[in-house]
Amino acid sequence: MSPVPIPRTKREATEARGPYGRVGQIIGELDDRLGVAKGGRTFLDKIFPDHWSFMLGEIALYSFVVLIATGIFLTLYYEPSQTQLIYHGAYVPLRGQRVTAAYASTVDLSFSVRAGLLMRQMHHWAADVFLGSIVIHMARIFFTGAFRKPRELNWTIGMTLLVLSLSNGFIGYSLPDDLISGTGLRILFSIVLSIPFVGTYIAFFLFGGNYPGTIIIDRLYIIHVLILPAIIAGLIGAHLFLLVRQKHTQFPGGGRTEDNVIGSPMYPTFMAKTTGYLFMVTAAITLLGGLAQINPIWQFGQYQADKISYAVQPDWYMGWLDGALRIMPSWEFTAFGHTIPFVVLLPSVVFPGLIFTLCYAWPAIERRFTGDNEIHHLLDRPRDRPKRTAAGAAMIALMFVLLGASATDVLANFFQVSLNEVLWTFRILVLVVPPLVGIFVWRICIEMQGGGADIGKRKRAVLMSRSATGEYTTVPTAPQPDDEHDELEPIPVPVHIDLEPSGNGSDDSGVRTVTR
Amino acid sequence: MTDGTDHQPMPIDVANFDDPHLQVAAVDPERAERAIAVYFFIGMVGMGVFGAAYWQNWKPWTLGLSLGVGLFFIGFGLSAWGKYLMPQGPFTEARHALHSSLAERDAIAAALTERTGVVVRRRSMLLGLLGAGLGIFGIAGLGFPLLRSLGPLPGKALTKTNWRKGSLLVDGNGRAIHRDEIDPGGLVTVFPAGYENNDATLAIDQTVLIRAQTGPLVTEPGRATWAPDGYVAYSKLCTHAGCPVGLYEKELRLLVCPCHQSMFNIDNGAVPQFGPAPRPLPQLPLYIDESGFLRSQSGFDQPVGPGYFER
Repeated sequence: MSPVPIPRTKREATEARGPYGRVGQIIGELDDRLGVAKGGRTFLDKIFPDHWSFMLGEIALYSFVVLIATGIFLTLYYEPSQTQLIYHGAYVPLRGQRVTAAYASTVDLSFSVRAGLLMRQMHHWAADVFLGSIVIHMARIFFTGAFRKPRELNWTIGMTLLVLSLSNGFIGYSLPDDLISGTGLRILFSIVLSIPFVGTYIAFFLFGGNYPGTIIIDRLYIIHVLILPAIIAGLIGAHLFLLVRQKHTQFPGGGRTEDNVIGSPMYPTFMAKTTGYLFMVTAAITLLGGLAQINPIWQFGQYQADKISYAVQPDWYMGWLDGALRIMPSWEFTAFGHTIPFVVLLPSVVFPGLIFTLCYAWPAIERRFTGDNEIHHLLDRPRDRPKRTAAGAAMIALMFVLLGASATDVLANFFQVSLNEVLWTFRILVLVVPPLVGIFVWRICIEMQGGGADIGKRKRAVLMSRSATGEYTTVPTAPQPDDEHDELEPIPVPVHIDLEPSGNGSDDSGVRTVTR
Repeated sequence: MTDGTDHQPMPIDVANFDDPHLQVAAVDPERAERAIAVYFFIGMVGMGVFGAAYWQNWKPWTLGLSLGVGLFFIGFGLSAWGKYLMPQGPFTEARHALHSSLAERDAIAAALTERTGVVVRRRSMLLGLLGAGLGIFGIAGLGFPLLRSLGPLPGKALTKTNWRKGSLLVDGNGRAIHRDEIDPGGLVTVFPAGYENNDATLAIDQTVLIRAQTGPLVTEPGRATWAPDGYVAYSKLCTHAGCPVGLYEKELRLLVCPCHQSMFNIDNGAVPQFGPAPRPLPQLPLYIDESGFLRSQSGFDQPVGPGYFER
């Protein structure tokens, strides 16, 4: 392309811009340097399938945005230090008490900093929403078989995001150095200690010495605000890159095949909807942060190694681990001068290790059992894969039983039964419920498969009438305008999707040409 | 394309304006537009109220409510705009196979294997030396500083408390405990005198002192003198996961750990009666000195707290 003279006059400049004005000019300048026109057009036309379950991952993405934004705000006031000081801040009942700088700064950013409490509570809620949406999103991926070839790598990235986010959530609520979170760190230290051969060394290296040490809060802080978020952000980038590269999965039907993607284009339809969704997710977290109190650390008090409070529970996403730790029988093995505390090692190290390994390996396990090495872009209906669906349901049941087991003391108190009975109930439930749920779900899937081809399609309403003798008859109603209407045949996204013909030229058939 | 001279008239894409794909999804677009305008207006008001609430430093819930309402209606309006006032489609795009041609696959595989054969495998000594160098770098250059600098080796730190022969029992404020001071059923957390405010060792030294009864208490054979006047002392560190065993059920004479509900009977050497704790709480042998204050006969006879490999 011949070099273009730089326009000297206003008129020359206007002419140089071409029929698309400034936008065309900017595109031109960018395209000269970066070659963005062709790929950019493809990106604007990228098709997003319309299905509600595809929004679950978006909730996770947008709550991560909220986490970053509110987290940056918090770093400006929080002081990651276990230095002891006498509190003189805004919260009167605490004045004169010995506290750490971490605790004092968290209380003060809640009470003295304008909008500080809102930001802190939003941050905590956003973490809970983030983890929750990741879990539900993964369940959708699992039950519809979206993890199958070619998307195994993205399943692995997603699992890693889950593990890292769990860790960062735990670390995050440990930072205020309040009585409940400090107890969590004490348990973490004991869990690390339980690992044979290397446990004591890892624990001492992590905490910089014997518990509690003086440096763990500083270390957790840099892990929480820099190391893990950087890795998580990078993995989210890789997750989305693979999504664009491999394109979306979609449910079969309505002309959707393995060779196409049908839905709305990136620009403007999807962009408008998803940006709106970003705002709505942020709104939900803001309302929670503003109206629903979470983690009122000033009520718990400063952590001290010899103090403890009643009903110590972690955030919900760590509950299954706490439940497992509670219902484990008290086995400890001592021989040859060494001790292996299975009572902690099995539920807190081995068990989550097995669960996560199983999840990571699931695509490979399933491929091995089914012998299916084909590329899949169309999703399964869960009922059509009864064994997978049963396995997933059993796993979810196991998690819920364990979550319930983390509340043994509260349940015993609430129902006024002995702790012993509650404990044994959960020990039995954890073995019985998951297989039962699995079998039950498997049966339901088989039953639903017999439902015929039109199951799941919208049915026309019928009127049911009862005669004087008690007999029932059904009368079909007249078709409504929206019933069984013909789906449009999908078309590629045209350039012009505005609705009024512009003066630029349009022939009789409505075909628009651009003349310059 | 910035050069106007070769820009010929050209059709960009076929787009028939009567095509139903390009019609908006709303049945009544005018009404949808009015509704969305209302949403955006409520959003604006919400944002304005948030600004005022922030400016005037109103209560946190007003900030959350106004900002949340503002964000929600802006988002709801935007989503509705996308859903109802933009072309309804459906649109399609072709999905192309990701894989390359077999020839391209062969080309990269051949390049890798053959070049490796030429430049690497024939220099196996160099490869070995490089590997050894990098391995040593990994261990000595990365592993040592990254790991070993993080903290001291455990050594005896998990075993050693500050309880010695003759240590005076003091509470968190450093006050010694006199034999007449606590009534039966009473409880206090004690430390060896001089270490009650030592944050580094307080966690491992913490001991719970209970006046179980008025007469001496024999918790186990061989511990006849350990609990004079019914004063019995156990390590406060749960043998399960190391939480402070902070609850005392006076009637049941049980020490309860609030974390995972291990229960220890104070009358028989704190043997776990319930819950996941695998071992009794170590007992601290006590005596009463000539002034009537409680002191320890010695340190604990075993490591306190949760289990670990070297224990």
